[in-house]
Amino acid sequence: MTDSHLFNVLVPSLLKMVVIFHVLLGVVAYLVLVERKLLGRFQQRVGPTRVGPWGLLQPIADGLKLFLKEDIIPTKADRVLFIAAPLISMITALLAMAVIPFGPRFELFGIDFGYLQIADVNVGLLYIFGITSLGVYGIFLAGWSSGNKYSLIGGLRSSAQMISYELTLGLSVIVILMACGSLRMSQIAESQGDGFWNWWIFSTQWYFIPGLIGFFLYLISAFAETNRLPFDLPEAETELVSGYNTEYSSMKFAMFFMAEYVNIITVCSIATTLFLGAWHSPLPFAPFTSVPGVIWFLAKVFSLVFVFIWIRATLPRFRYDQLMHFGWKVLLPLALVNILLAAAGLIAAGSF
Amino acid sequence: MDALLPSLLFYAFAGVILGSAAFTAFARDIVHAAFSLLFTFFGLACLYLYLGADFVGLSQVVIYVGGILVLLLFGVMFTGHQTQETEKRTVNFYWGLALIALLGAGMVPALLKAPWAVKSAAELPEAKSTISSIATLLMTDYLLPFEIASLLLLMALIGAVVIARGETKTDEGESPETSA
Repeated sequence: MTDSHLFNVLVPSLLKMVVIFHVLLGVVAYLVLVERKLLGRFQQRVGPTRVGPWGLLQPIADGLKLFLKEDIIPTKADRVLFIAAPLISMITALLAMAVIPFGPRFELFGIDFGYLQIADVNVGLLYIFGITSLGVYGIFLAGWSSGNKYSLIGGLRSSAQMISYELTLGLSVIVILMACGSLRMSQIAESQGDGFWNWWIFSTQWYFIPGLIGFFLYLISAFAETNRLPFDLPEAETELVSGYNTEYSSMKFAMFFMAEYVNIITVCSIATTLFLGAWHSPLPFAPFTSVPGVIWFLAKVFSLVFVFIWIRATLPRFRYDQLMHFGWKVLLPLALVNILLAAAGLIAAGSF
Repeated sequence: MDALLPSLLFYAFAGVILGSAAFTAFARDIVHAAFSLLFTFFGLACLYLYLGADFVGLSQVVIYVGGILVLLLFGVMFTGHQTQETEKRTVNFYWGLALIALLGAGMVPALLKAPWAVKSAAELPEAKSTISSIATLLMTDYLLPFEIASLLLLMALIGAVVIARGETKTDEGESPETSA
């Protein structure tokens, strides 16, 4: 390995890591503000306005408050796991970001940076499922190690919920794999160029049906995976006093909080990459194509994030048995039928 | 540098696997033991990846870490927190020791005699994704074993449901525990 080769590989990767990581964390901080503002609007209020112009400095104030709070570890808690749990949540949330292609290939100062993606691994999608399945440990161990009944129930609920909905999440995406024939995220993104009718949400065979169903199945299970309303039973305030994070304070609490928002961005980015044409513009001609791909990607991601917040403001919470019933007896069979439909469509189209 | 970094990584992974496995075996608290198993599984996945087996490596994470270990912890969590029941007790310590000695006496000579196929990096084929070749083999040469294995898993699944439910009664509203 020569020096220049090392330089050409190492520098772009490091730069991409630093940029994506920092932008992500900045976005997360402001996502909380955006959510509060939007929720306010949905509920005929104005949301936070006091800190800075239009409340723009609110995230900084929140961060400062959380840093300065006393960090409490309950005496009945299991110290090691109590400290490890928020770390696991945060790390797994961030790790999943590594394979998401935010933009097309680009060059800077004569160095080929490749895709705007930290690691272009050929099993990208599988990697995401591996990493997101780790997310349950954070919540789970937090619930157990707190030494608190409410936390324990929250942890149990979340683990059952996440295992159940992970199945649908995985199966809903298989349609794309069948149509595209690759697990590499950048290749899936590349396969959807030239107009929105080529995005996988519309263009899998058999009159768009598998792609559309797959997208909605994915979105519903993504709500459950990120513990958002209407599936936020693990942290139901009214019944469980916030569930698994009841005993957490200060930065440990902040880590769970941030992990939740990073996860929202992750699932929206995955949905964008798989179903919504990644960085490709919706219409393949001049005014649309001259906008940089990253902008398109982020626009799609934040449209989905808006849907997340919208749903939160609209729907009430499921009951626990309804949640399980819905996951196993409605979503899972639907996902399986959807795969059969897609297979039939592909065979009919002769692309197998 | 070319040879040092790979072997360093290998020993790091191996260290994590062995250390966490030992912790699993010796930890008094059963949840700590189960949690430590997470690192064993993860380390194994890293070794698979390191060997160029990308599909096997990530399947290891998805299945063992994401599925089996979660279920294991799920079961353990019902046993309560830091009580006598969650502590492991040692039974048949000396018999166990004797068994280990016996197994070791068989394994160590075999390990020493085994012809290890050590290759330099240059001799190895270039790393490629194994997914499509695995898929092709499973759907052609190994279709029957593949189907039999899935049938076996289905049988185990149905069996587990039958055992867990006990006698089938007329109760319509099932409890959340059974559907989880």
